[in-house]
Amino acid sequence: MTMPVTQCIIKLHEERHDLEDYQGGVPRWCSGCGDNAILTAVQRLCRDENLAPERTVFVSGIGCSSRFPHYMKTYGFHGLHGRAFPVAEGIKMARPELKVFVNTGDGDCCSIGAGHWIHAIRYNMDMVVILHDNHVYGLTKKQASPTSPIGFKSNTTPRGSYLEALNPLTVTLGVQNVSFVAQAVDWVPELLFDIINAAYHHKGFSFIRIIQRCPEFLPKVFEPWLADPAKTLILTHKDGLTLSPETARTYKNQLAHDPADIDRAREIASSEDPIPVGILYRNPDVPCYEEVRHAGAMRTAAQLRAGLDAELDRVTVWPRS
Amino acid sequence: MHASVSPRPPLEKEALVLEEHIVEVISDSGEGAQRCGQSLGAIAAKMGNGIWTTEIIPAEIQPPARSVAGASGIRIRIGSGPVTNGGDETDLVVAFNEQVLLGRVSAGELKPGATILLENSWREHRDPKVVASYLETVKMLKEGGFRLYELPLEAACSKLVTDPRRGKNMFVLGILCEIYSLDAKTAHDQVALTFGKKDAKVVKVNQGLVDAGRAWAAEHIDFKFRIPAPAVKEPLVVVNGNTALGLGVLASGMDICSMYPITPATSTSHYLSECFERVGGMVHQAEDEIAACAFAVGASYAGRCAVTITSGPGYSLKQEVIGLAVMTEIPLVVINVQRGGPSTGQPTKAEQSDLLASTYGSHGDAPKVVMAASGIEDCFYSVITARKIAETFNTVVVLLSDASLATAQQPFPRPKFSEDWMAPPIDQTPVPEGMKPYDWDPVTGIARRFVPGQPGGMHTLTGLAHDRASKVAYDATSNEEGLRHRSLKLAALQKTLKTPEVFGDRTGELLVIGWGSTKGTIEEAVARARKEGLAVSSMHMKYIQPMPSGIREILKGFERVMTVETAWSDLPEDELIDEDNRRYSPLALILRSRFVVDIDCWGQARGQPIKPGALLEVIRKKLQEPPR
Repeated sequence: MTMPVTQCIIKLHEERHDLEDYQGGVPRWCSGCGDNAILTAVQRLCRDENLAPERTVFVSGIGCSSRFPHYMKTYGFHGLHGRAFPVAEGIKMARPELKVFVNTGDGDCCSIGAGHWIHAIRYNMDMVVILHDNHVYGLTKKQASPTSPIGFKSNTTPRGSYLEALNPLTVTLGVQNVSFVAQAVDWVPELLFDIINAAYHHKGFSFIRIIQRCPEFLPKVFEPWLADPAKTLILTHKDGLTLSPETARTYKNQLAHDPADIDRAREIASSEDPIPVGILYRNPDVPCYEEVRHAGAMRTAAQLRAGLDAELDRVTVWPRS
Repeated sequence: MHASVSPRPPLEKEALVLEEHIVEVISDSGEGAQRCGQSLGAIAAKMGNGIWTTEIIPAEIQPPARSVAGASGIRIRIGSGPVTNGGDETDLVVAFNEQVLLGRVSAGELKPGATILLENSWREHRDPKVVASYLETVKMLKEGGFRLYELPLEAACSKLVTDPRRGKNMFVLGILCEIYSLDAKTAHDQVALTFGKKDAKVVKVNQGLVDAGRAWAAEHIDFKFRIPAPAVKEPLVVVNGNTALGLGVLASGMDICSMYPITPATSTSHYLSECFERVGGMVHQAEDEIAACAFAVGASYAGRCAVTITSGPGYSLKQEVIGLAVMTEIPLVVINVQRGGPSTGQPTKAEQSDLLASTYGSHGDAPKVVMAASGIEDCFYSVITARKIAETFNTVVVLLSDASLATAQQPFPRPKFSEDWMAPPIDQTPVPEGMKPYDWDPVTGIARRFVPGQPGGMHTLTGLAHDRASKVAYDATSNEEGLRHRSLKLAALQKTLKTPEVFGDRTGELLVIGWGSTKGTIEEAVARARKEGLAVSSMHMKYIQPMPSGIREILKGFERVMTVETAWSDLPEDELIDEDNRRYSPLALILRSRFVVDIDCWGQARGQPIKPGALLEVIRKKLQEPPR
């Protein structure tokens, strides 16, 4: 195995970073928007892990949550609606040494980009994927999304939405090569950070669905969960979350769940009430597509010349001597 | 009663010397006619002949046997000098059954009096209907003035192999080698190369079939041809257009090719999948066309320029991502091997109808470079140029080929690798303080691109309107600044382009303008017309957008100008069509709008390359019309 030139450089200038080094522009999300909590947790992760801002890339699609890269002071790619995954995959394939994060919303990931989502799970490329799931299209002003609860009255469903909500966890857990699935909620910041941290330390496609509030268009939908901590089911395990005493005191509804158990993970994922929070599934042994495909291989002019000549030899007509 | 491979002395015959000949081998799908024809072409090329092969491909993998629509085959034009196109109608055809042949006859693909070699096992088929159909066709062909020979292919091959259906093609290759006086050793070598991946026994059996076919023809065919060829003086490569594109990708220094299977582009990716990894590259088969394009954009953004390869429907799907690359100024090469359209259209057939979608496609003002390969050799070099342009100008380069080049083979001088073809290393130097990601040069519109890994270059690239700092900006000034500089880059490239050469005199009665795959055909037709004394010249366009300078002056030298394109345009003779509503073919439309000159167009969308003879006829007629 050859090491990409860029990786050799990494060790040369280690420097410590503080939170400010990751803070881009002032977020333009609505006040009370769950995206703010996610941004705070992610910036903290970057600082704690001392990620080099120039070697970190946040990739997003289109939607409220996809504004995320603009508020980071790293490299960012704010692309097209639904297409964050293939862009992120191309980045990772070209430069496997970069830290790649994907920010996507329930419309971006589960609707217009659903095809890419399924295949991104299969590729299992090493990246942290944050599904900002607020159950509604925000940027286009209140239309039902695939994860909107049935009966939700929106501008396109004035008499209530017609279909049962799609469950992003069960879908993800149903795809071959799934390697990491977790769920967080924006109203328990400590666990939100712990989960993002666990996702970062998993090598592979680390999928976190974060249920977040949209105070503008769906202000009341999560009130029952906020009012009653028992409606949140915290998954604990030595290989998953361990709770601080304060959190353990508030959230008494706990379940020991081994993230290696995919059957149990699928059962837990099916529950919408209580909402499970924690690491549902983790399998560190699933191969990453970029490694299977030898991403980052070095190439030299000599190698290219030899390769081209070998190919041309097969189809050359030589002058007769 | 069947003639067999018996040791009979060869017939006394003297080879008739020909300037060129067009041969066709046609069969049901899966009987190997294409492999036979490709081998014949390669053998002739190795002898020093000019060749051009054109495949006849049914859309289905296994179309019904013995059906007119299921005809699968290949046409090989062999000449004593260089051959630049598929030529006119066929001189000699080998058909494995009468139905596939009938399709070619009724389409007018055979010259009057052409020689037909037809498999005769159908005479004794157990189904009387098949026998009747065969006999009726034989009678009709004889009455139609064709020179018919019946071949006992199956009977002869069944003595050599267990499944004659799978051996016929090499037996036929032997017959053709004998007819065209092609060298036996070269034929053996070619068979070894063709079956090289399989074991030596397979090679031996097939060489045996070729020898048997040759012996049979020597005994039973009463004519023989020779197409003299100059000795090969420099090394030549013989590949089809799609392989040439693949070799171009290999040589261009790109290392990621992202694609989704689509006809007729895919064989380029098949080829690359075989060899790209050996030089550190990779082919990514994405989940769909959009993802293939977005993956390439992501790879280009973070590393070296990447390429995505597709055909018409896939190109339509990529349009939004292409717009993103234009907006964010990410270098990207998009290869579109065009096919018949619209919609699913004619997947295996040639057309040049994606020019407008390529030039003006993607919503909003999305300026991008559009260039077209004019032949097999040009497929190779165009990819290298496309990558260079994309990286120099941080822009999208659309390279157009089409189904007629995709499978056509033509020899060209073996390329010599140059280190200049390699992409530069990924820039990882720190970005000087104060530099912005879109510091557009006021003259050229070019800005230095910041790549992840460069300290101090952190920014979020966005498909939204943005200012020089890559910050989302909705104000009028920023928006127009972006539009202006992205557009200026095309002008900057344009200043470096050479004026296309005029084939023939620079003044005359008629100038024919073409682009892409039609170059050889147009120049042959024009050369033939000029020999008749007609004052016609032609010009071929490689760059459609931007268009090089000097064309306006060239147009002035001619009384009439007409484009020739493998694309549809309204027919002036149709009742409702007049100058107010006529839809012109793509290049004519572009030239008319740029030069405000009354440029006419002629084209065909028959699914196959335009024939030089058909174009010659059009040129003659055109010159008889009064100027418009």
